[in-house]
Amino acid sequence: MWRYITKRILIAIPVLIGISIVAFFLIRLVPGDTVTALLGANYNQEQAAALRADYGLDKPLITQYLIWVKNLLKGDFGHSFFTNQAVSSSIMERLPVTFELMIMSFIYCLLIAIPLGAVASLKKNSLLDYLATIFGLLGVSIPNFWLATILILVFSLHMGWFPSGGFVSFFADPIANLRYMFLPSIALGASVGAVVMRMTRSSMLEILKQDYIEMARAKGVSQKILIISHALKNALIPVITVLGIQMGYLLGGSVIIEQIFSLPGIGRLALQAITNRDYILMQGSILFVAAGFVIINLLVDLIYALINPQIRY
Amino acid sequence: MREFCYRFYKNKLAFLGFIILFIFLVMAIFAPYLAPYDPFQMDPQAMLQPPGADHLFGTDQFGRDILSRIIFGSRISFKVGLISVGLSLIVGVSMGIVAGYYGGWLDNLISRIMDVMFSFPQIFLALVIMAVLGTSSTNLMLAIGLVYIPIFGRIARASVLSIKDSLYIEAANSIGVSNLIIMLRHILPNIMAPIIVQTTLSFGFAIRAEAALSFLGLGVEADIPSWGIMLNQGKDWMEMAWWNAVFPGLSATLAILSFNILGDGLRDALDPRLRNEGE
Repeated sequence: MWRYITKRILIAIPVLIGISIVAFFLIRLVPGDTVTALLGANYNQEQAAALRADYGLDKPLITQYLIWVKNLLKGDFGHSFFTNQAVSSSIMERLPVTFELMIMSFIYCLLIAIPLGAVASLKKNSLLDYLATIFGLLGVSIPNFWLATILILVFSLHMGWFPSGGFVSFFADPIANLRYMFLPSIALGASVGAVVMRMTRSSMLEILKQDYIEMARAKGVSQKILIISHALKNALIPVITVLGIQMGYLLGGSVIIEQIFSLPGIGRLALQAITNRDYILMQGSILFVAAGFVIINLLVDLIYALINPQIRY
Repeated sequence: MREFCYRFYKNKLAFLGFIILFIFLVMAIFAPYLAPYDPFQMDPQAMLQPPGADHLFGTDQFGRDILSRIIFGSRISFKVGLISVGLSLIVGVSMGIVAGYYGGWLDNLISRIMDVMFSFPQIFLALVIMAVLGTSSTNLMLAIGLVYIPIFGRIARASVLSIKDSLYIEAANSIGVSNLIIMLRHILPNIMAPIIVQTTLSFGFAIRAEAALSFLGLGVEADIPSWGIMLNQGKDWMEMAWWNAVFPGLSATLAILSFNILGDGLRDALDPRLRNEGE
């Protein structure tokens, strides 16, 4: 097992290095110069040279990259060109919001998608199964930004049940926080929930055909124990992998959802950095999101290896 | 082929998806003849008109006919889908076949590049590429195409690995057929099934990505009637004119849904072993 864990971690290292290279050099492809963007149209060469030296932009690209990586290893992501705030502190300030959004979407999946998938498989070809299939197909097809728009239209503007945007910290007012986060988490979690529901249903259908289920049934095991302890427990193994992969996609989807609901999370920070051409903040947030994605996938692989004895170490 | 057609035709849902997409395609090709109004024509007398006899889907804040803009929007969506998926298909499949067939350091290098590209959430990577390239339809197609390269690469590589030790490949090798011919004539036709399925599904992803990026203002130019741009502009008016936000999104959803069910149906028809519904 430890060999497998070590191997997976070692594979992640070159990927993380690759991500840092992409994040650094991709930003350098942006047309125009950071310094001229900062100084505006009216600047003189001396001012530009001084600023370039200040930010270390007069050094060769490779040297700039190595300095950036060296600082990264010390936890220093650099400072925003525009606000001068440390990128790491900007990210840390916003991380709890994105994290809460992801967790709430995740809970929504667990509470609705898995039971719905399981029940649909038990009542195959019933009305409920058809409804679940429609939910699954619509869920993976509706663009999350449009779903968000419709949710705002119906539940905020017309019914007034939930706010259409903004954020209140959970520690300041838990009830208000949940009201603010409800619609965004539904909009973000719908497609993931649909994928998880479809996976749970197909996995359960496979398991229910297995001989050991027939055997347990023949031995008189009650329906409840049969489903929960025998079928669902085993059917959830592939679902966990899908759930893990989808956690990564929640991170990507949060960029749009945070923007629509004005949530001050990492996604919105990245989008603001992109819109403002704040290069240091841009490369910091790109690196953070991509590294987060890799780490989530790594954890999923490790959890999967732990729960699935068929994985060879 | 006959068996495939029979299996596909029997799948009612997939066939429905095919029909809907065909209608969208006709709409896109004959947009100038089908649209009741000029999609760019502003009419101050008809601003924010609700759906009715004159304007089936209502009008936007400039008095432009929403149905006409949706019809023209299907052109943008299909064009972006076709070119971006075409790009990722050609580049991704080529990279995947080369990696899988040659193996060794080349496989390692290509696979690591794919791993790095896979490490970014797709929509986020497309967003960053658009920020680098600037907003335009061409750049959008390039960005979406680049993002989906690794998906095709991985599928092609895995398929090649499963057949490269087959006897017919070994036989072609032993009689001196060149590697290029083996890859094009013997490997490519035999790995097409999963690639066709992925191509269909990727069309849906590409339409979604185009709409999402345009919605965020980082997609096509703002004056182009794309579904994403319409949603972006319509959301500011949705409290008083819901049709601005509803119809463009509904069109995008219907197109994506059709590609998804068509993709599922093709997967079932091309290779029943790939079915994931467990039935």
